[in-house]
Amino acid sequence: MRALHTLRTLLIGAALPFAAEAQTIAITGGTVFPVSGPRIERGTVVITNGTITAVGANVAIPDGAQRIDATGKWVTPGLINAATNLGLSEAGSPQFSGGYNDVGATRTKGISAAFDAWEGINPASTYIIPTRQDGITSVMVGPGGGLIGGRAAMVDLAGATVASMLVRAPAAMTATFDPSAGSLQSRGELIGALRDLIADAKVYATRRAAYESNQTRTFAATKADLEALQPVVAGTMPLVVAVDRVSDIQAVLAMGRQYKLKLILLGAAEGWQVATELKAANVPVMVGAMSNIPTTFNTLNSRQENAGLLRAAGVQVILIGNGPGDGATFNVRNIRQEAGNAVAYGMNWDDALRAVTLAPAETFGVADKIGSLQAGRAANVVVWSADPFEISTRAEQVFIRGVLQGGKSRQDELAERYRRLPPPFGNP
Amino acid sequence: MHALLKSRRIMVALTAIATAATANTVSGQQTSPAPIWPAGLGAVSAPNADPFPSTYRPFPSRPTLIRNVRIFTGVGPAIANGSVLIENGRITAVGANVAAPAGAVVIDGAGKSVTAGVIDTHTHLGVYPAPGTAAHNDGNEATAPVTAHVWAEHSVWPQDPQFPRDLAGGVTTVQVLPGSANLIGGRSTVLKVVPSRTVQGMKFPGAKYGLKMACGENPKRVYASRGPSTRMANVAGYRNAWIAAEQYRRRWDKWLADKQGDPPARDLGNETLAEVLRGNILVHNHCYQADEMAQMIDIAKEFGYQIRSFHHGVEAYKLADVLAREGISGSLWADWGGFKMEALDGIRANIALVHAAGARAIVHSDDPSGSQRLNQEAAKALAAGRAIGLTISDEEAVRWFTANPAWALGIEDRVGTIEVGKNADIVLWSGNPLSVYTRAEKVWVDGAMLFDRLDPAARWRTDFELGYVAPAGGSR
Repeated sequence: MRALHTLRTLLIGAALPFAAEAQTIAITGGTVFPVSGPRIERGTVVITNGTITAVGANVAIPDGAQRIDATGKWVTPGLINAATNLGLSEAGSPQFSGGYNDVGATRTKGISAAFDAWEGINPASTYIIPTRQDGITSVMVGPGGGLIGGRAAMVDLAGATVASMLVRAPAAMTATFDPSAGSLQSRGELIGALRDLIADAKVYATRRAAYESNQTRTFAATKADLEALQPVVAGTMPLVVAVDRVSDIQAVLAMGRQYKLKLILLGAAEGWQVATELKAANVPVMVGAMSNIPTTFNTLNSRQENAGLLRAAGVQVILIGNGPGDGATFNVRNIRQEAGNAVAYGMNWDDALRAVTLAPAETFGVADKIGSLQAGRAANVVVWSADPFEISTRAEQVFIRGVLQGGKSRQDELAERYRRLPPPFGNP
Repeated sequence: MHALLKSRRIMVALTAIATAATANTVSGQQTSPAPIWPAGLGAVSAPNADPFPSTYRPFPSRPTLIRNVRIFTGVGPAIANGSVLIENGRITAVGANVAAPAGAVVIDGAGKSVTAGVIDTHTHLGVYPAPGTAAHNDGNEATAPVTAHVWAEHSVWPQDPQFPRDLAGGVTTVQVLPGSANLIGGRSTVLKVVPSRTVQGMKFPGAKYGLKMACGENPKRVYASRGPSTRMANVAGYRNAWIAAEQYRRRWDKWLADKQGDPPARDLGNETLAEVLRGNILVHNHCYQADEMAQMIDIAKEFGYQIRSFHHGVEAYKLADVLAREGISGSLWADWGGFKMEALDGIRANIALVHAAGARAIVHSDDPSGSQRLNQEAAKALAAGRAIGLTISDEEAVRWFTANPAWALGIEDRVGTIEVGKNADIVLWSGNPLSVYTRAEKVWVDGAMLFDRLDPAARWRTDFELGYVAPAGGSR
């Protein structure tokens, strides 16, 4: 069963699942931030059947279009948080929802390459509505850890089924450059284990028939995992590596060069110290902007300027929710605050917007669908009361694939019930 | 003979107190109230005993006038283009027009804001320092459900690099608490966020101790195999502890009144609890759910103590009217929730709803990262309140991280507002403190500028950071 999944790559047409509900909408008068191009004062965004069909200052508005006056508002692509476990846990427990690790596999060697985390997404998770209420329209959903933790997918935050949410699945393989992730003791052992794994994946690809008739030596991973690693060792599927320390980053970059891997770094607390190397290697980096504590000996030089310094060196930077308060589920929405802090600590504002829209879309191969306001892209569009990164700003209208999102969250219902005390305990 | 010797030394000490009371200010700063019992009487359970007295002294300061700045005084409306004068560690003038004394440093605050120093009622700085290692894992004495005998200050590592980062976030005072593994976790301590070789050198002079109590899931999870393993056993555990403490208090108070015979045996845990019953230690109660908070209030009434603050209280909004009526503050997160069953009902309007009900709302962190941005946390809570139609001013939201936490720690007569006579714990913000783009630019503690973002080379670096963490200036 899992072997079947390993060969599957789902590329979902963005507009299709919602085409029946969609219509023609013209968002007019706002300051439009296409991200793929310069901002447009008093711009118009036209949405037709779930897809953006026109963006500009002088755009003909189709007859019968529903007009949304965004005068004085800011209009951006829906934001993307590219490091989440959204929909995989409820009440802090993966057991109450989809779960984010292949425990059976990771318990032994930390290798569960064939684990598809997104298959456990619960589209009814109570955390999805609050996330999109804050203008986040797409997220990457990935495994919770592991030396090779498994595969992550990009999903839109609308849809009644997992299949209808998918934008690209799988979009990346995930890994953790930490000996403890593989129940190992040392860096050398870790690098050796990864080399063995990559070598075995390559040998396996040439000896599948022999493997099936037990004519090969024992490989470092299961058949399913070796199959899952094929696009990674072929350099076609990104490998997201969680790594922080400078020397570890350099070790990962060296492996990337040696095996021609398509690397993405995650965390990269000390990345700013090797920004030019990262730029030279053309490796995108996923970082938070609210981290400055040497929480471990791997993150001694963690600092809030990391994102800005990396970007200034020309690195493709993706901002992720790395702050306190369960940034991977309950507070996936706080990616806005991360972006604001990135700007406060030196990142150019336009680059920060890019880092939560087009940069993750490009990095995970979905820029043809989401991440910018351009004709032909899925209509994931947010109308903001003001600057989307400012705390007082509200996402007033959130469109996903052209459909205006609404609905009360569980948190909304609780707030309404207890707005007056004692509470009525009827339906609010 | 032993008792006689003690009596004689007590008499000596009592006369010493009179002189200490007058000598009790240093550089215009109050220091600890003199202990009722002097040093060397470790076998006596003395109210307000202070065996680890603060040695904190304000750092050198210069008279400083911050002018042309927006002042969030913490009492009433902000002053748009005001001035704050700092002299000898105190605030000596606040208003629209304040003349700079000769020789004063004058700082132009155009476009900037001033608030009182940020106060975080809930940290584990120093007891869970960075980097996190087993060797420094000193925050939870998770060996018995009631550990009233332990004091958080004895676990504080002053070289925790989280301290200077907190200061850079405008935080000038923190409460350091034991963790929440236990029903009664031990004494907290209130610290100035200042460099020091010793924890004594950080202790806020004269601040009362706190007592950490914890409701709900944590104690029953930690002690599942030996008990308490249920909420009902949690409650039985608190009550048994207070029953013993009340007996202890009566025995000691009787002896302290009449000095007849040998003093009773001293017990560190009951001594702390007895001090709570005497009103000398403030209760800080980790409690998520409204139903459990109501039970804790009843327990407090049963044994005659006050709860000063419920901490975390993700359901405080469900009981906000009761908190207001009982005079209990809520030390709360802006937007944490959902990470366990007892946190399931967290909502972002929690702080705003508690505030609107008339209770003292406080934005706290329980997190060394969140602690650095309590202004942003308050802004999130404010935005959530306004989103559901509550009318709350920026000035009121600033009180959530200044004046209200000062009250919760019992130091509101000294810090928490910008008023003449208060200690000069002051933050100059680069803009409106409720904006995500604003950073603490300069921070004064008792009039001494201990953080200046514009002068990275002067940045406080802990011993740990030397050789491990690149300095902020120059090479960085």
